[in-house]
Amino acid sequence: MTIAQPNTFRAGPDERGHFGIFGGRFVAETLMPLILSLEEAYRAAQKDPEFERELDSLSKHYAGRPSPLYLAERLTEHLGGAKVYFKRDELNHTGSHKINNTLGQILLARRMGKTRIIAETGAGQHGVATATVCARFGLPCVVYMGATDVERQKPNVFRMKLLGAEVVPVTAGAGTLKDAMNEALRDWVTNVESTYYLIGTAAGPHPYPEMVRDFQSVIGNEVREQVQAAEGRLPDALVAAVGGGSNAIGLFHPFLDDKDVRIWGVEAGGHGIEGDMHEHCASLTAGRPGVLHGNRTYLLQDDDGQILEGHSISAGLDYPGVGPEHSYLRETGRVTYVPITDDEAMEAFQLCTRLEGIIPALEPAHALAQVMKLAPEMPEDEIIVMNMCGRGDKDVFTVGKMMGWDL
Amino acid sequence: MTAPEPGARIARRFQAVKDEGRAALVTFVMAGDPDAETSLQIVKALPKAGADVIEIGMPFTDPMADGPAIQAAGLRALKAHQTMVRTLEIVERFREEDRETPIVLMGYYNPIYSYGNERFLSDAAAVGVDGLIVVDLPPEADDELCLPALDAGIAFIRLATPTTDDERLPHVLRNSAGFVYYVSVAGVTGSKALDTDRVAASVARIKAKTDLPVAVGFGVRTPEQAKTVAEAADGVVVGTALVEAVRTSLDGEGRATDGTVSAVGDLVGALAAGVRDAARQPA
Repeated sequence: MTIAQPNTFRAGPDERGHFGIFGGRFVAETLMPLILSLEEAYRAAQKDPEFERELDSLSKHYAGRPSPLYLAERLTEHLGGAKVYFKRDELNHTGSHKINNTLGQILLARRMGKTRIIAETGAGQHGVATATVCARFGLPCVVYMGATDVERQKPNVFRMKLLGAEVVPVTAGAGTLKDAMNEALRDWVTNVESTYYLIGTAAGPHPYPEMVRDFQSVIGNEVREQVQAAEGRLPDALVAAVGGGSNAIGLFHPFLDDKDVRIWGVEAGGHGIEGDMHEHCASLTAGRPGVLHGNRTYLLQDDDGQILEGHSISAGLDYPGVGPEHSYLRETGRVTYVPITDDEAMEAFQLCTRLEGIIPALEPAHALAQVMKLAPEMPEDEIIVMNMCGRGDKDVFTVGKMMGWDL
Repeated sequence: MTAPEPGARIARRFQAVKDEGRAALVTFVMAGDPDAETSLQIVKALPKAGADVIEIGMPFTDPMADGPAIQAAGLRALKAHQTMVRTLEIVERFREEDRETPIVLMGYYNPIYSYGNERFLSDAAAVGVDGLIVVDLPPEADDELCLPALDAGIAFIRLATPTTDDERLPHVLRNSAGFVYYVSVAGVTGSKALDTDRVAASVARIKAKTDLPVAVGFGVRTPEQAKTVAEAADGVVVGTALVEAVRTSLDGEGRATDGTVSAVGDLVGALAAGVRDAARQPA
């Protein structure tokens, strides 16, 4: 389905948090007053030069921004088509793009006088980034993490604990990101006065999708400058992995109105999207609109509106929903969303490691697998920028297991 | 065509109970827990045991505002293949023999949205649903379902919480009908002990702004607590304790036993006695 093309793709959300029909504020009454005051605090922060100055300073001196834009020469040569650049957000402090958002939100939580931080995490990257900023600002931190993810992301669990966070394994459901988010919402409802919920992806009730996007847009804004400096023009294609979709929207948003820039969002195809097994997390490819976790968006659900458990080799993409702005960009046709299977991502993971000496996280390995399909079909004078949104250290055990190595 | 007054049956029942000089007992059970047939028998047993208003949970995989007991009840129902169609069938079959006890469906938005809002309201009205509580539809989203529900003659019952301050309260009450459900603690269902001292003040705060009856829930488990709340409010809501009674009555495989329906009925009987024991309220 394609809806009428707007004059700009960058105007959303409206004042009630809608991107087209998506987004909104679907939360329990207990949380509603807090959501409204969060929005108020965010609007005030946006207008305050001191907030911007503080965030810029931390981004530069603490997180290490700007991250480089790197021409992957050997990969480009291997694929034999368009030039492939990596936006190196895996080089950030804590090893992923997640720190961009947690720094912004921790400053906001402090402005709101909140004394306790909670977060959900899938792969553990957001949990680590949250635990990190909580350590930095001396705030207690509780991270909810699905029990399945606790098991498959042990290095990150240990990092969070070292940083002083309490990690609460969630056994409900399949024990993945969705269940962690439910439990974080339950904590928030219970401790609403003291607690700030630091959501890690561009989803949830308004204003989170907008706010997380804004904090992550530093990625795309830097790319615009860096690619101009390197090539004297904008790229022909952007590619990023989409779970909830925060790294992707951060890269995409500054380019949405540049009509000549083609944009691909890459979903987790798991074991493949065909059939009724639902062993994937491709909500934009195979789901339909519904309401979960505070927003209307594409969801994996059965005929009765019950949410399905997805599957992905990548814990960070293992979520049956997606940020509402991506749903909007799908319906308007501005962004093309495609699934990549576990096996394709594994192949890309190994290729990148051997050819470029960069061990990618399994999330951007999905994006890379799409780059491997696109680049050979594009002429050599065209440019692809892919967001290398996280490093793969956390995934070596998962990959080792897949490859049959006993670690 | 003029739709009936939304939730007329609810208003009549609260008035009747008030005329008896007491508070109403509002009971929550999960549709399809532990299976559709047993849950119909449980629902039928509720008014006989002394329940005045029945809330029936529509199970959902991701009940973000519920504690472990009601989460588990929903999952038991889903495991037994409960669907929205079957939930509406429970209401329809209940209505074959009880035309007066108000029925309120309670749950989350997605199963309704998936069923289709218009189709849902039309089917719900047809089988005799009187009210809806949809936890994740705040007043800011009234145009989604609340206003169409009122047009269909179904009351949209709003939760007011300790975080709903005086400034926000009129906003929450504006399109409310049937009764106001005061959530006595900030938290998920069943998680905290009831703070009985604050209930009276909170009920008074809400009643200053509305003529609707105010029922109080979250944390009421025992006949003694029901009695205490009944002295301060127009209604007492009990949910977690009832779904726990279902759970403890099941066999090792999670199936209903001969004691399942009576376990719920007995507890409701005791709670009803507690409510009727409360100091008589001015009629």
